[in-house]
Amino acid sequence: MIALYIAISLLITLSVFLIRNRKLIISLVVIFVLLQWILTCYEYLTLNSVQLYYFTPDAIGIILLAVLSVIASMSFLYSFIYLDSRNDSPRIISIYLSALILLIMAISCAYLANHVAIAWIFVEITTLSSSVLIYHRRTERSLEGSWKYIFICSVSVALIFMGILFLGMASQQAKAGDLFYSNLVLHAKSLDELWLKAAFLFIFTGYTAKLGLFPMYTAGIDAKDKAPSPASAVFSSALMNVGFIGVFRMYGIISKTNIHPWVNLVLIISALISLIIAAAYMLRVKSFKRMFAYSSVEHMGIAVVGLTMGSMGIFGSVLHVIFHSFTKAGLFYQYGSVNRVIKSKFINDAGEYFEKNTSGALVLLLGFFMVTAIPPSGMFISEYYIFRSLFEKGYLWLLIVFAVLITVIIWALGENIFRLLFYKPPFVRDNGEITKKVSVWESVPQFALMAGVMYLGVNPPGFLIELINQAVKGFS
Amino acid sequence: MINLLLIIFIVTLFVCATAIRLKTFIKAIAFQGLLLFGIFLLRLNELNTINLILLLLETLIFKAFLIPWFLHFLIKRNKITRETDPFVSNFASLFIITFVVMTTFFLANTLKGGVFENIYFVIASITIFTGLFLIISRRKIITHVMGFIILENGVVILSLAVGVEMPMLVNLGILLDIFVTVLVLGIFAIKLGDIFKEAEVDHLKGLKD
Repeated sequence: MIALYIAISLLITLSVFLIRNRKLIISLVVIFVLLQWILTCYEYLTLNSVQLYYFTPDAIGIILLAVLSVIASMSFLYSFIYLDSRNDSPRIISIYLSALILLIMAISCAYLANHVAIAWIFVEITTLSSSVLIYHRRTERSLEGSWKYIFICSVSVALIFMGILFLGMASQQAKAGDLFYSNLVLHAKSLDELWLKAAFLFIFTGYTAKLGLFPMYTAGIDAKDKAPSPASAVFSSALMNVGFIGVFRMYGIISKTNIHPWVNLVLIISALISLIIAAAYMLRVKSFKRMFAYSSVEHMGIAVVGLTMGSMGIFGSVLHVIFHSFTKAGLFYQYGSVNRVIKSKFINDAGEYFEKNTSGALVLLLGFFMVTAIPPSGMFISEYYIFRSLFEKGYLWLLIVFAVLITVIIWALGENIFRLLFYKPPFVRDNGEITKKVSVWESVPQFALMAGVMYLGVNPPGFLIELINQAVKGFS
Repeated sequence: MINLLLIIFIVTLFVCATAIRLKTFIKAIAFQGLLLFGIFLLRLNELNTINLILLLLETLIFKAFLIPWFLHFLIKRNKITRETDPFVSNFASLFIITFVVMTTFFLANTLKGGVFENIYFVIASITIFTGLFLIISRRKIITHVMGFIILENGVVILSLAVGVEMPMLVNLGILLDIFVTVLVLGIFAIKLGDIFKEAEVDHLKGLKD
C-alpha cells in the first residue's frame, strides 16, 4: 500500500506540476486527498505490520498521520480559496500545489518510516518542498525566508545524519543489526552510552529545526511568517510533528538506557529556553503570523517537557501535540481571511474585525480560548496531565517558572487578538478598495477544528485512548 | 597511500580558508571530490559493479564534476564578483583553521584509545568544523553553499570513520537528497542574485522581531 501511495503521489505531483488546466488540477488534488485518507485507514487497520521492509505504522505514527490527513484536506480547501483571491500565473499555482502534495507525502512517509535513515530522507524532502511553498509570493522577504529556512534546515539535517552515523556505530559495537527503531529499542541496553549521548545530541539538535525548539527554532518562525497561510497551517502542525516524532522515537530508545536522566535534563533545558524565548518575543512581535509561530514554540516546549515526565506526562504530551495541531491550523486558516479583510499583516493596523467578519472573529475568539488552554479547550486537559506529572515528579520550581512564562504568553496573545477583534482605530485608512465579504461557510471547517479540540478533550473516543496508551507503553 | 590523500585533503581545506578568488575555492572543492574518490576506492574491500557505479556517481561525477560546474554556472549567471569577501581576514581564517587542525590532532594523540586513534574521525571533525566556519565567516551567499558542500564532505568522511554500511536503497536516497538540496540551494541563490544584485548576507536582515 505504501509503495502504491508513494508512486501515485509522485505521479500526481508531477502531473500537477505540468498541467495548467484548472479543473484537471482540482480533480487530481481531490484524488490525492482521497488517497491520503485511504492510506490513513489502511495503516490503522494494519497496525504494527512491516510494510515495504522499511515502514511500520506504530501507534504514534498512526495518530499523527490521522491529524495530518485532517489538516491536509483543509489546507487544500483553503489553498484554493487563497489562490482565488490572488491572480498568480497558472505556472506558480501549479508549483505551489505540487509542492504541497509532495510535502504531505513526505510528512506521511516520515511518520511511518521505521528505519532511521529512511526517515531522514523524507525529512530532507519536507525541507525542500516547504522552501518552495515559502517562496510562493515571489517577494524579497519571502525569498529571504525560504533561503534561511532551507539553509538552516539543511545544516540541521546534516547534523541529524551525523547523529545517525554515531547511532550506527553504537549499534555496530553492540551487534544490534540494521538501524531500525524497533531493532534499536530491543538492543538499547547494550548500546555504548557515550555514542548514544552523542547521537542523541546531534539528532535532537537537528530535529529542533522542525520541532521549533531552541536552538534551531529561528528558521521555522520565518517560514511560517512568509508562507501562504494554508501552508503555514501545515508547517505549524504536521511539519512540527515530524520533529516531535523524531525526538519521540529517539527518546523511546534512550528511555531504556542508563543515560535517561541526562537526556531528560537536556530536553528540559531546551524546552525551558524555548519558552523563555517565546514569552520574550511574543511581547514585541509586530505581525500575527509570527505571534502564532512563537505560540507554537511554546506549545512544543510544553509537549517536550511532558515527554520527560513518565507515562502520565507522555500521555499528556501526545494529546497536547494533537490538540495543538488542530488549534494552530485553525488559527492560521482564519488568518488567511483576516489578511484579506484587513490587508495588512501588522498588528498596529488591525482592528474592528468583529464588525467586518463576525464568523471569522468568533473563530479567533474561540481559538484564543483553545490556544491558551482555558476550559473547555482540550489543551486544558493535556496541560493538566503534563503539569500534574511535573508536580508528582517533584519539579515544582519548573512548574512555577512555566506558569509565569505562560501567563506572559497569554497576556501577549490576548492583547493582540483582542486588539484585532475590538479596537477602533481613531482614523480610518481608506484606500478606495472594496473588500469582498468573507463568506460564513469559510469559517465552518475552522469551527469544526475547534469543536474537535473541545470534544476530544472532554470525551476522547476509545480507539484514540488505546492508541495513545500503546504509544506510551513503549517507554516503560 | 590513504594517509597521503587525507593529508592532501586537509591542505585543500587550507586553500578554501585562504582563497581570495571564488574560482580557487571551486577548484579546491572539485579536487576534494577527486580525493574522496581515491580514498573510497582504496578503502573498497571488494570491487563489484554496483558498488563501483555508486562510488563513481557519488564522488567523481557528482562531487568532482557536477557541483563545481554548477557553482561556475551560478557565478557566471549572477555575475558575482571574483573575491570571496570574508568577514575576517585571510590570515585570521588560516590561523583559526590551523589552530583547529592542531588541537584536533593533539587531542587525538593525548586521548589515546577508542575512536580517537581513527584518522578518519580526526579529518572528519576538522572538515565539518571548517565547513561551519566558512559558512559563518563569509559574506557572499554562494560561499555559504560552498561551506555547506564542505560540511557534507566532512559527513561523508565521518561515515568512513564509523564504518556504517547503509543498505543500497538508503544510500541512493541519501545521495539523491543531497544532490537536490545543492540544486535547490543554487536555484534560490540565483533568485537572490536576481533580486538583490549583490547576493550578500547583509541583505538578509528583513525578517526579525
